[in-house]
Amino acid sequence: MIAFEAHNLTVSYDKQPVLWDIDFEIPEGKLVGIIGPNGSGKTTLLKAAMGILEADSGYVKVFEKNPDKVRERLGYVPQRQSVDWDFPATVMDITMMGRYRKGRLFGRLSKTDKEIAVDSLKRVGMYDYRNRQISELSGGQQQRVFIARSLAQQADVYLMDEPFVGIDAASEESILNILQEMRSSGKTVIMVHHDLHTALEFFDWVILLNTRLVAAGPKEEVLTEENLRTAYGGKLNVLSRIADLIKSKEYPIREKDMKE
Amino acid sequence: MGGNFAWVMIGCALIGAGASAVGVFSFLRKQALVGDAVAHALLPGVVLAFMFTGEKDIWFLFPGAFVAGWLGLLSIDLISKNSKIKPDTAIAIVLTVFFAIGIVLLTHVQQSNYGNQSGLEAFLFGKAAAMLPADITLFVTVDIALILLIVLTYRYLKLYSFDPDFAKAIGLPVKLIQFILSSLTVLAVASGIQAVGVVLMAALIITPAAAARFFTGRLSHMIILAMVIGIISSLIGVYISSLAVSMPTGPWIVMVLSIIAIMAFVFAPRKGMLQRSRKRKTHQVKIRRENLLKLFYSLEEKKQKQFYTRPQLLRSRRFRGRELELLLNRLLKKGLLQKQENRYGLTEKGRSEATRVVRLHRLWELYLNERMNIAPDHVHHDAEAIEHIITPELERELLKDLGYPELDPHHSEIPGIKGMQR
Amino acid sequence: MNDFWIILEGSLVAVSCGLLGVYLILRKMAMVGDAISHAVLPGIVIAYLVAQSRSSFFTLLGAALFGLLTTFMIEVFSKKARIQSDASIGITFTWLFAIGVILVSAFSGNVDLDQECVLYGDIAYVPFDTLYIGSTDLGPAPVWLQAINLIAVLILLRVGHRGFLITSFDPAFSSGLGIKTDTWHYVLMGAVSFTVVLSFNAVGAILVVAFLVVPPATAYLISKQVETMMAYTVLFGILSAIGGFYLATWWNSSISGAMAVAAGILFVLVFAAKKVFMRQQKKTTANAFDGKLEFRDGVLVD
Repeated sequence: MIAFEAHNLTVSYDKQPVLWDIDFEIPEGKLVGIIGPNGSGKTTLLKAAMGILEADSGYVKVFEKNPDKVRERLGYVPQRQSVDWDFPATVMDITMMGRYRKGRLFGRLSKTDKEIAVDSLKRVGMYDYRNRQISELSGGQQQRVFIARSLAQQADVYLMDEPFVGIDAASEESILNILQEMRSSGKTVIMVHHDLHTALEFFDWVILLNTRLVAAGPKEEVLTEENLRTAYGGKLNVLSRIADLIKSKEYPIREKDMKE
Repeated sequence: MGGNFAWVMIGCALIGAGASAVGVFSFLRKQALVGDAVAHALLPGVVLAFMFTGEKDIWFLFPGAFVAGWLGLLSIDLISKNSKIKPDTAIAIVLTVFFAIGIVLLTHVQQSNYGNQSGLEAFLFGKAAAMLPADITLFVTVDIALILLIVLTYRYLKLYSFDPDFAKAIGLPVKLIQFILSSLTVLAVASGIQAVGVVLMAALIITPAAAARFFTGRLSHMIILAMVIGIISSLIGVYISSLAVSMPTGPWIVMVLSIIAIMAFVFAPRKGMLQRSRKRKTHQVKIRRENLLKLFYSLEEKKQKQFYTRPQLLRSRRFRGRELELLLNRLLKKGLLQKQENRYGLTEKGRSEATRVVRLHRLWELYLNERMNIAPDHVHHDAEAIEHIITPELERELLKDLGYPELDPHHSEIPGIKGMQR
Repeated sequence: MNDFWIILEGSLVAVSCGLLGVYLILRKMAMVGDAISHAVLPGIVIAYLVAQSRSSFFTLLGAALFGLLTTFMIEVFSKKARIQSDASIGITFTWLFAIGVILVSAFSGNVDLDQECVLYGDIAYVPFDTLYIGSTDLGPAPVWLQAINLIAVLILLRVGHRGFLITSFDPAFSSGLGIKTDTWHYVLMGAVSFTVVLSFNAVGAILVVAFLVVPPATAYLISKQVETMMAYTVLFGILSAIGGFYLATWWNSSISGAMAVAAGILFVLVFAAKKVFMRQQKKTTANAFDGKLEFRDGVLVD
């Protein structure tokens, strides 16, 4: 079954298209890395997939359904620095957030919720730190808490944004183990990864991105010299100029933007 | 009023100028609200100076204000650098606590028998009319000194404001520059205590800079424009408030400032909201016209006829209300369409224009397909939007990049290529 | 007895503002709170002019809507006119506040306000604004209103605890869960506006910000969890009200001003105490390890 699909996805940021007509399909049970140079739209892709950013055109499907209809099957791990770690909360508080849901924000959380959170913490090796304030953690530990939170969501598809940035070797190994464990139990993990070199090691599939899709598929097929040169060889000149024009002229780039 | 009033006007104009100029730097460093905190922090300094000297003479009160302002700045820094408290919270803490201290002092003074304490409240909202020649002299001196300092250190301030990391990297004395900017801020804000008052002084720091930004990105122009706005607002504000005895000056200066600023936001060329919405509308009109021309072209391609009736056109594409009529009339007027009885068709001019748009559409489809790996059945929509924005210059680049192609991804001919000069 | 009402009023204001302020500072919106409290002034003056009374519920509601209007205006400036956020805030509230002050000056005959009262309120008057039902003296009306508002705030924070928590900590993750972060934002801003307007009589426009920000900030320094932060905020709020009252009585001055100063003093004390405590901690752990300590990311590694 296709776990995740993007179809003709175009997304703008600050009035400029950052992702252009992205098309790919990911089957379930794969560890997928989204690779590309800086500013190539990788985080934007995740955010559009989660519905945090609105797409100009195109769509995303999770298990062949609209993501809004299957939110419980989508887990999310944002970038670590997108959050203020001075926030007064413990490791357990954060992990429990994975049990919040749109319809379940009010009322009590059950014992099962607590158990799921405890289990998630144990899987990432952070159970002993459960009452620690999150500001007292190292980078790697914080990342593991974030992952525990998404594990507590008990989703089937996980979207992660650069989980390996700035963490120590022990946390890296721990996270890799969890990912492999998740893959064995049939979960699909799609993550933005910052480092091309480790991509070959970590992932089954790779999505190579540079504003447009360069290639998507099993890593051996995608990570060819030609593809890499296309992806990392700089931005498409004409494309960038068009994007600049769109922004400077306040261009409505889709029919839907044009009102009466 | 007479002579004194003229002097008051000059003084206030200079205050407005100095504060606005300094405000540009605060604005660029995104520290506009720090100016607000500093302004509120001045109050305890003013009252304490009065309490210690027994004088309401501005030459005593101003230094008190200056010291308090600096203390406020230092406190914000101290709080945010030495605890997990974030900068915006630190600003709010200093703003309110210092001001509260000032209020406590002020109310105490008012309720006690210090003698000539009435009139201290003028420092809350400003009372330009209460300014004595000696006061004005002080403020004039301060603001001239301020402007001179900016002129002298301009290059360093400019570099630091736009790119502090770079300034540090090339070895500029960053700490000194920060000190100068901070001192300028405190001086500028303190200079307004009598004319504008502490509560609203922040507006003179923030608003002129924000308005000036809408007209220019060049620092020197921004400063001059901000100063002009500051001066005008101060003059008009002082004048209006002088018309009624009970009216404080500060709010009126801020009123004028804000109105000027809002007008700038709406009407400024290029960045103003009106202009931007007009630009958008122009583009929409352009898009609709070109789409209609394209429709004629594709009908000609398919049906080999030149003229079509309105119902025929309506059948080929959705139009809203009177959209089709209006478009047809416009294109007729421009000589791109011609009319025969109740039928419409392309003129030569219209055909070459339509050809151009169709060419751009198909070129862009090809580009999407070949350079961006997008499937042929996905490129049409994108090209529908982008075809209208490709400039002749970009077109030439596209042609070069794609090697003067003759067929698009759907194997339709790309019109106009054959005859082109390479 | 009057003293008691004043202290009670001050405490109620401090607590309801402070609890909402917890989320304001966690969301880095302290200055937006400042903006709202300034910007409601024109609404309040117009309300007085219309109702000729200080405590009419609907007029206060109208004034509170002004507060929400402020957040919209700030957004229009920052998103539509594309002005940077600190300038958007500054321009909005200085303008609205200026309008308010002009209205106060212009109508100072018709309205029981003066320019300074606007800044720091008139809490001493509170005991005399008595609420009568029939002929029963129920105590001051403002105190009743504040108490009801506080209950409403408490209910809001209790019911919405998880929503406010998650949207404050991680809005992106919240959106990912399908939570409408915008709605939570506007609810919070609405509650702040309403509380600010209600507290206006007692503490005025500028000092209300002190209650919104300072006790929660003090609590922030020493809290590990939001629940604790709220508890400390209540404590510090009440202490500020009591301490401030006695300070103002001892040194003849504005009561609300003194309450804000008391909050500031508490802040400084806790700040200093924490610094000293942390320095001690570093010393003892250094001694325990004979100076062989390993830090990563500034945090001690086991």
